[in-house]
Amino acid sequence: MDLRYADEENEFRDQLRRWLAEVLPHVPPEPHVHDWAARRVWDTAWQRMLHEAGYAGINWPKEFGGRGATPTEHLIFLEETERARAPYVGMNFVGLLHAGPTLVVEASAEQKATHLPPILRGDHVWCQGFSEPSAGSDLAALRTRAIRDGDDYVLSGQKIWTSFAHVADYCEILVRTDTEVPKHRGISWLIMPMDTPGIDVRPLRTMDGGIEFSEMFLDEVRVPVANRVGAENDGWRVAMTTLSFERGTAFVSELLQTMELVHDLADVARHITRRSAVAWDDAGLRKDLGKVQAELEALWALTKRNISEAERTGLVGAGGNVFKLAYTDLRHRLGEIALHVLERASLSMDDIDQLPTARHVHGRIHGLKMSIAAGTSQVQRNIIAERLLGLPKDR
Amino acid sequence: MDFWLSDDERDLQDGIRSFLRGRFPIDVVRAREEQPDGVIDPDRWRELADTGVFTIANDMGMRAATLVFEELGRSLVAGPLVATALTSQWVAGAGTGDVIVASLETDERPVLVDHPDQAHQFLALTDDGVVLVAAADVQRRTVPMPLDTLTPVAVVDLPVPSGTVVAGPAEAARVRRDAVLLTAALQLGVALGATELSQQYAIEREQFGRPIGSFQAVKHLLADMLTKAEVARSAVYAAACAVDGASDDDPVRAASVAKVMAGEAALFCGKSGIQVHGGMGFTWEVHAQRYWKRAVALDNSYGIIDHHAAVLAATL
Repeated sequence: MDLRYADEENEFRDQLRRWLAEVLPHVPPEPHVHDWAARRVWDTAWQRMLHEAGYAGINWPKEFGGRGATPTEHLIFLEETERARAPYVGMNFVGLLHAGPTLVVEASAEQKATHLPPILRGDHVWCQGFSEPSAGSDLAALRTRAIRDGDDYVLSGQKIWTSFAHVADYCEILVRTDTEVPKHRGISWLIMPMDTPGIDVRPLRTMDGGIEFSEMFLDEVRVPVANRVGAENDGWRVAMTTLSFERGTAFVSELLQTMELVHDLADVARHITRRSAVAWDDAGLRKDLGKVQAELEALWALTKRNISEAERTGLVGAGGNVFKLAYTDLRHRLGEIALHVLERASLSMDDIDQLPTARHVHGRIHGLKMSIAAGTSQVQRNIIAERLLGLPKDR
Repeated sequence: MDFWLSDDERDLQDGIRSFLRGRFPIDVVRAREEQPDGVIDPDRWRELADTGVFTIANDMGMRAATLVFEELGRSLVAGPLVATALTSQWVAGAGTGDVIVASLETDERPVLVDHPDQAHQFLALTDDGVVLVAAADVQRRTVPMPLDTLTPVAVVDLPVPSGTVVAGPAEAARVRRDAVLLTAALQLGVALGATELSQQYAIEREQFGRPIGSFQAVKHLLADMLTKAEVARSAVYAAACAVDGASDDDPVRAASVAKVMAGEAALFCGKSGIQVHGGMGFTWEVHAQRYWKRAVALDNSYGIIDHHAAVLAATL
């Protein structure tokens, strides 16, 4: 075990730092979170800058235009960009981290040539059409039908939690192509252009008041059979291959942001008076925040462990599930401490009276989302218990 | 960066694990609970010393020592392992298992020492430095019923004799840091041991016609146990790297992180292990209770969770 970085890793970090110092002053200010058109321009402009500097698709293989970085270099990239407050992957998320990697492994040469370069350049934004109202944790129960008609599939059904649907150019979509076989075996993976007639995107307002994802209604949407990736009815396997691209880096930026949040909260507690004493004078509060800090540092170490495992084996084992369960539980605890410190000021989701109320109240709400998104904590526990501890599957 | 066990590290851990399975299985360990001559079998203690556990920190560094102490914790091996290991450079015979050194924490009242009837010397880490006190000089009253039967304790009559200063304050700080880390390694082992015992039970034990481990209520509790143990493992190993200089992290801070995380994991896995075992978990016979009791004993060695959490909070 050795947590020191190799010379070439340090060199990679130094180069990246120099580049960030050079370009970040020229990045315009981040647009308002609800201004989706401006956000698309801002996110994709950053992606183009990354592309020109050779940092686009950092973890993609070189032969498909990526940088072919090791998991450790990927970690360094995420750490440095976050610490420098560079723009995050934003709405390039699905293309760069999900659909693109799937295409790299599963798509035909023609499909790759058509779709991979525009993703890397920031020209195309993708969204993901996986979940449905009746297929959440039980994703394979999805019912959106694709009926073959000549050279097209005709799609009808409903998707939900489709992030970036109203700004995306393409959708990676899972559809049912056979209803007569067990649920996992009748699914296909398609590339659906978002300008196809019959797609109705209805933004969903979430509990923090904003719009982060949409419902997507499909009414006889014609998608060419040539847009199918992998064999017909083999879409479940195609979708699962992306998981093998998860190299333990999914939460690096989040984790670093959370560390900043804890420092900021300690700062608030030092300046706020509660029942005629400074909040920070409460030994119980300090102990609680100290525990949160300990766990954050432990999770940073776990991140490095997962990355080293990926470097050795090509895969993150259940360490990824352990991380997600522990991290999201931690976000709940931190959020509760924040509301406890803010007291009545937490009734405002905007900053009030020189207090950074917005980030802490939004941070609390973010925790409520994170223990549900990308596999609920209950699903994570099932996976950990069944795959790591070998407990029986029947429930 | 390679934060994964090397082949040598894996061999080391496998080696001590199979030694402990053979010579310190849980039934042998617990058989010492009601022995009038004490929880430590002197012959086996020497056998344990022969594997190098009391000299490994000096010989091979803290990463190696941490991996070994994790296994000692998992096997619930009784005795003042940390104090003996960290004083072997000053105490002749400690490294070979002929002399037993227990710890004496002087900044709390009442002052308690562990393993009072079998220790030859006590280690105190004070403002003066590393202090060794001959057991014969310490007036003490052994507690009739200690919480962890395998961690006997005595109340020390004040004042505590001054003892011999064998190294200065800087060395004392280093020993304390290493003691915090090795105790955390023991706690990690306790957490893993409790989880494994409960895992086996959840697979074997049937109610309502199926293994209790198939019920999500039980399954999820076990998933939480493993999660806490694995997060703690990362913290403990990261601290070991820091202490060995194989990381840029501050080693003292990293040791505190490890003690908080491993302490919480051991207590949580200990109590949850009792719960998973149902009524049997509450009996003397079943081992589940022993992990929880050891977790409490270790939390109270070299700074409880609250102490280390407060240290970390002060840096925010």
